[in-house]
Amino acid sequence: MNRPILIGLAVLLSLIVIILPVAAIFTRAFAEGVSVWAQAVTEPETLAAIRLTILTALIVLPVNIVFGLCAAWAIARFRFPGRRALLVVIEIPFAISPIVAGLCFLLIYGAYGPVGSALQPYGIQLMFNLTGIVLVSLFVTCPFVVREVLPVLSVAGEDEERAALTLGANGWQIFRLVTFPNITWALVYGAILATARAIGEFGAVSVVSGAIRGQTMTLPLQIELLYNDYNTTGAFAAATVLALLALLTLVLRALISITHPATGAKP
Amino acid sequence: MSLEIDRITKTFDGAAVLRDVSLNVRDGEFLALLGPSGSGKTTLLNLIAGLTQPDGGKLLLDGTDITHKPAGARRFGMVFQSYALFRHMSVADNIAFGLRIMRGRDRPSKAERRTRVCELLDLIEMPELADRYPAQLSGGQQQRVAMARALAISPRLLLLDEPFSALDAQVRRSLRGSVRDLQRKVGVTALLVTHDQSEAFEIADRVAVMNGGLIEQVGTREELQQNPASDFVRQFIAAG
Amino acid sequence: MPILQTTMDALRRRRRSPLPGLGLTLGVTMTFVTLIILLPLSGLAWQFAQLDLSDYLFVMRDPRTLAALRVTISAALLATVFNGAFGLLLAWVLVRYRFPGRAFLDALVDLPFALPTSVAGIALVALYARDGWIGGLLEPLDWQVAYTWWGIVIAMAFTSIPFAVRAIQPLIEELDRREEDAATTLGASPWQTFQRITLPQLSPGILTGTGLSFVRSLGEFGAVIFIAGNLPYETEVASLLIVIRLDEFDYPAASAIAGTMLALSLVLLVAINVAQTRLYRRLEGGA
Repeated sequence: MNRPILIGLAVLLSLIVIILPVAAIFTRAFAEGVSVWAQAVTEPETLAAIRLTILTALIVLPVNIVFGLCAAWAIARFRFPGRRALLVVIEIPFAISPIVAGLCFLLIYGAYGPVGSALQPYGIQLMFNLTGIVLVSLFVTCPFVVREVLPVLSVAGEDEERAALTLGANGWQIFRLVTFPNITWALVYGAILATARAIGEFGAVSVVSGAIRGQTMTLPLQIELLYNDYNTTGAFAAATVLALLALLTLVLRALISITHPATGAKP
Repeated sequence: MSLEIDRITKTFDGAAVLRDVSLNVRDGEFLALLGPSGSGKTTLLNLIAGLTQPDGGKLLLDGTDITHKPAGARRFGMVFQSYALFRHMSVADNIAFGLRIMRGRDRPSKAERRTRVCELLDLIEMPELADRYPAQLSGGQQQRVAMARALAISPRLLLLDEPFSALDAQVRRSLRGSVRDLQRKVGVTALLVTHDQSEAFEIADRVAVMNGGLIEQVGTREELQQNPASDFVRQFIAAG
Repeated sequence: MPILQTTMDALRRRRRSPLPGLGLTLGVTMTFVTLIILLPLSGLAWQFAQLDLSDYLFVMRDPRTLAALRVTISAALLATVFNGAFGLLLAWVLVRYRFPGRAFLDALVDLPFALPTSVAGIALVALYARDGWIGGLLEPLDWQVAYTWWGIVIAMAFTSIPFAVRAIQPLIEELDRREEDAATTLGASPWQTFQRITLPQLSPGILTGTGLSFVRSLGEFGAVIFIAGNLPYETEVASLLIVIRLDEFDYPAASAIAGTMLALSLVLLVAINVAQTRLYRRLEGGA
């Protein structure tokens, strides 16, 4: 009896709350035609922001994979003092707001921080450049891979790995031939989430980027810059690029969850 | 190959799991470690396999000390209670695994590996199932593949950890004979861990009865039944 | 020395796994965790420790700081209340009913997480500004959303919807429908059944969902600053004030506010965890 009302209400609210905002971006971005949109997206500053964002993602992705696999292997396969504490520490980035995260990095690695000031005499600067952007991106994305791979590793158990060991396999052979095939999709899933977050991170990156036009602006920051410059067409055009990437992420996630139902722990 | 277990001790969480266990496994024999759960038999098997390190004592294989040799270097074939088949590999790839990962001169060529896998598939009477995946096999078939995989590396010792416990009674009985026959054909020294005395007596040449981290008695079925060395052995054998 | 004792026990108890790689993987993990998580956090702690109480109170008693906290917390509360209700509705409909487009709606729930916050911000402005689709509708009612406190609520609600839905969904899946049937046979109306039987069983999920949603809202920055107007004392959120203090190189003030916000979030997260464990224990009898 309530069924149609509840479904209708849920769909209507989702439409207003979730779909309309995204639709608004595309409408505004294409309001003056595709050519104006294309022109806005290929502005030199916007292109530079896209390049920087891709570069950041490309650096962050492999580091995240290596860290995620190492942490998941150590935690799932061994017992050591502080193991539970380590699990909690790895989850911390999800509990910290982006601005506070960025501030933390500035306070330690910035010119006035203990590490930053120690490195300064050697001409090494960690903040307000690509290094800073990469470091905070690692902070905000590092829990994703561990979170996806760890449960799969734990559920799979280590019998197969022990069997491989008795058959003479070394550590790398065990990982490559026995472990890896079982966690591939969890790894891919986690890596997609981490990459999407690295591409879209705004708050933490804005604190440490230094906001040098055409140089240290990632695409999410560029949107704000264009918007504050009253270049709304440019801002909405840049936003469509990120919105499309977000939609792509959702499609990929859905595909992986359908084809490999065991993967994809919900947030 | 003969194995000498010399005064092995092992403690977990402050509790002694193995206390001064000594045992001789003769070349070519099939020996069963029989005991209730918690008697230390599986720990002893894991120790022999190199999956656990003893706190004290020695393991001698044909007189050579292997106590601290890594599991991967021992070349002991092991059949796990869960079989631990590689779920993403076909039956043939599972059996070939130990050969595929060998290094240097020992490593057989692809053709040699294929021949060896075929021989083993014939041996376990499953030649037509080479391309199946573990999940597509019955429990009994999985167990035989696990045997073939362990035998593929021409093991110096074959270790079986409760290999029948996951099977239903009928399959279990028919597989006992086939495991025994395989071991004879290959001529490998074998150790079986079980809590089921009829299984132990049917398969093994000699049976070592374990209780509370100690070996109470080693002997043939007749010796154990006619001259039990302790009350525990008498009761355990009578109860089964 | 109980701590030393436990460590020693743990060391003794540790069963050596036969698998290789502990040294390498734990080494990589600890290096990364130290450089990327622990050291930066200690940076904030270090700066915070350098403040004495009077400095701290000076920053926190500043009317502008107090106003920012009031704006942030009140907006986060309203956003959370909305998300609790909307999240429950959406989770219920997604689990209990089968209708065309259900899978699509389910995937859509994650969109606010997938969408970068600055994109969400600019999208919400486009929608709620006076020339936007919804802003235009509200104009005759003299209800302005964009660049006001209401805009902050909207931005916070949007970015934290998935928390509420995803925390409640699994609990609805686990509900035993026979309990509802039993209540019905005893003469309960559908509303009574929902209120007395269903809702209490969903309470751990609702608590977690709204709690996480609230914590996320407290720290939300990207989406908020586009739509907030950012007027000091009126529509300036705490995160923005931290950034402003940073731009003024007033690191002590930035750290004081950030440390307070961080402490608040952590206390809330721990409280959610404890309360959730208690609720589960009551529902499942000790498990």
